[in-house]
Amino acid sequence: MSRIEACFNALKNNNKKALIPFITAGDPSLNLTVELMHVLVDAGADIIELGVPFSDPMADGPVIQRASERALHNGTNTDDVFNIVKEFRGKNESTPVILMGYMNPIEVMGYEQFVEKAAGVGVDGLIIVDLPPEEAAELSAVLKPHGIDQIFLISPTTRGERLNRICEVASGFLYYVSLKGVTGSNQLDVKAVGDKLDEIRSKTSLPLGVGFGIKDAKIAQAVGTISDAVVVGSALVERIAEHGENSNKLKAEVSSFISSLRTALDNIE
Amino acid sequence: MLETNKKIDNSEIESFKSMPDKRGHFGIYGGRFVSETLMGPLEELEQAYNKYSKDPDFIAEFEHDLKHYVGRPSPLYHAKRWSEQLGGAQIYLKREDLNHTGAHKINNTVGQALLAKLMGKRRIIAETGAGQHGVASATVAARYGMECIVYMGAEDIQRQAMNVFRMKLLGATVVAVEAGSRTLKDALNEAMRDWVTNVDDTFYIIGTVAGPHPYPTMVRDFNAVVGREARQQCLDQTGRLPDSLVACVGGGSNAIGLFHPFLDDKEVSIFGVEGAGDGIETGRHAAPLNAGKPGVLHGNRTYLMEDNYGQIIETHCISAGLDYPGVGPEHAWLKDTGRANYVSVTDIEALDAFHKLTRIEGIIPALESSHAVAYTAKIAPEMDKDAIIIVNLSGRGDKDIHTVAAHEGITL
Ligand SMILES: Cc1ncc(COP(=O)(O)O)c(C=O)c1O
Repeated sequence: MSRIEACFNALKNNNKKALIPFITAGDPSLNLTVELMHVLVDAGADIIELGVPFSDPMADGPVIQRASERALHNGTNTDDVFNIVKEFRGKNESTPVILMGYMNPIEVMGYEQFVEKAAGVGVDGLIIVDLPPEEAAELSAVLKPHGIDQIFLISPTTRGERLNRICEVASGFLYYVSLKGVTGSNQLDVKAVGDKLDEIRSKTSLPLGVGFGIKDAKIAQAVGTISDAVVVGSALVERIAEHGENSNKLKAEVSSFISSLRTALDNIE
Repeated sequence: MLETNKKIDNSEIESFKSMPDKRGHFGIYGGRFVSETLMGPLEELEQAYNKYSKDPDFIAEFEHDLKHYVGRPSPLYHAKRWSEQLGGAQIYLKREDLNHTGAHKINNTVGQALLAKLMGKRRIIAETGAGQHGVASATVAARYGMECIVYMGAEDIQRQAMNVFRMKLLGATVVAVEAGSRTLKDALNEAMRDWVTNVDDTFYIIGTVAGPHPYPTMVRDFNAVVGREARQQCLDQTGRLPDSLVACVGGGSNAIGLFHPFLDDKEVSIFGVEGAGDGIETGRHAAPLNAGKPGVLHGNRTYLMEDNYGQIIETHCISAGLDYPGVGPEHAWLKDTGRANYVSVTDIEALDAFHKLTRIEGIIPALESSHAVAYTAKIAPEMDKDAIIIVNLSGRGDKDIHTVAAHEGITL
């Protein structure tokens, strides 16, 4: 069983929701990223989404764009991202790690080499923002034998045949993008998200995560009530940007923010 | 893994005009690499384009506007004095500089704005580098009474103050993009972000043959009027087809517009000219087809300027319109098939050509077009006196006189 599947099974047995924080690898620094990953887990994260920085993050709002810029400015490259995961795995064998990023760094390395390295260090899934299922067949074929899940996005504009197709090819879990917009937007409408999740649930038994626009414990709780997992990105990355220079304060702040989300998710009626 | 960079056996290709396939692929290039939210809207756009591009009323209105608003057909002008001085081939200039707003860009914006109108979108957005596409978009928005937002890199806003003011006069809102390298590629990123947020009421007018399917095809088709006219004008004036075509390549819209109607005329050789900036060997250039590798950016797979880890690198070219790290996917395919040749000229060579054409023919070319002019001056002398070259003079140089003056240490 994959780490992702085991994770969702365990949560389900305990009647709990998955908390999935997003941070960008190399922000504020390579060393601190590994430390932060452990802080996230200790504070209650179930799965970690690790952003692979890219020079042209078209689907991201300003907060995650800046994180990508900081990481690249620090010299972070794809091999560094793999090393981060490897180091994390030295102390943590169970928490799933998902790489989230854009297609070009994978294209350049070559699918085989990228996937072999990812599998080798213990990556469990990939979310590639600009790789819709229509273009994904070749990469999927390489991922499958390595047991790495390709996690597809569904958005408010995903309808009809395309929705069916995505549910068919997806593995791991499905990631519902809660709104039309970039990461960090804030017009999440819980009722509309709930309606769409119902529609998706009628087509698949995979767990459903929701991301984009989850800013605080209150929204996390509301979304957790109707989904299986909540993803928190910009709100966390904003805190990293604020305290980046001061690592103790940063870790304390990240820890207390994630704990507040954990508590909110654990207190769903 | 994808087999890239391989020469394709072109004896098996029946028609070079057969691309793209149903999913918008030109061989391994092109496609639709965008976030999920844009997939539905792109399908809608594709369906609308497929429907209207065959609709006689749409075609009639497009052609009417090209004639009476843009001023088409543009002349095919025999540059006799310049040809004589070079001592070789006869050079014909396709005068896109004489179009309304001064470049080929208006052909595409008229087409896309008509489509936007029919799709019921009242808000248009565009990206711009040199400001030519921004001006052309603001122009059609004014004419059709649409709201227009133009994204422009903060760096380019400083370089192209005149075009920024033109856009504002036309009623557009110009948004300065401060992210990344603050140039054209970042403006495109920002326009995509706007589109994903406002897809319901917004039409994104992309200014070149890049972006996700169907943009590379749609923008090509709207610009192909250039090549269709040139082909007929050449036959009318000389009784035969040209030996060579030359056009500059930024994203590649003026080039594919000229080339496409000639692709199956195998005896016509085709040259796309990229910006070599300070020289390809310096790394400071804008020539992905000459010195880049295939990758994925801005919704399609194509040749890109990137580092070993796939991060897009900064480009350098004196002409803002060529200052782009990618190129339209059809050019990538034409390169691999060998049907077209992609070459480059430096800033200095382009500036020299800018002055020569101005002094010899009394035509001030855009710095983008000057790259095509410069390459023509290299090949013409080697050709017979009865050989024919058609050069796409994609735009006029008024917008560039500040750049040229500054380069020569002159303050206006
Ligand atoms: C006059 C002119 N020619 C050429 C270009 C380059 O674009 P493309 O390669 O799409 O024709 C531009 C772009 O701004 C332009 O203004």
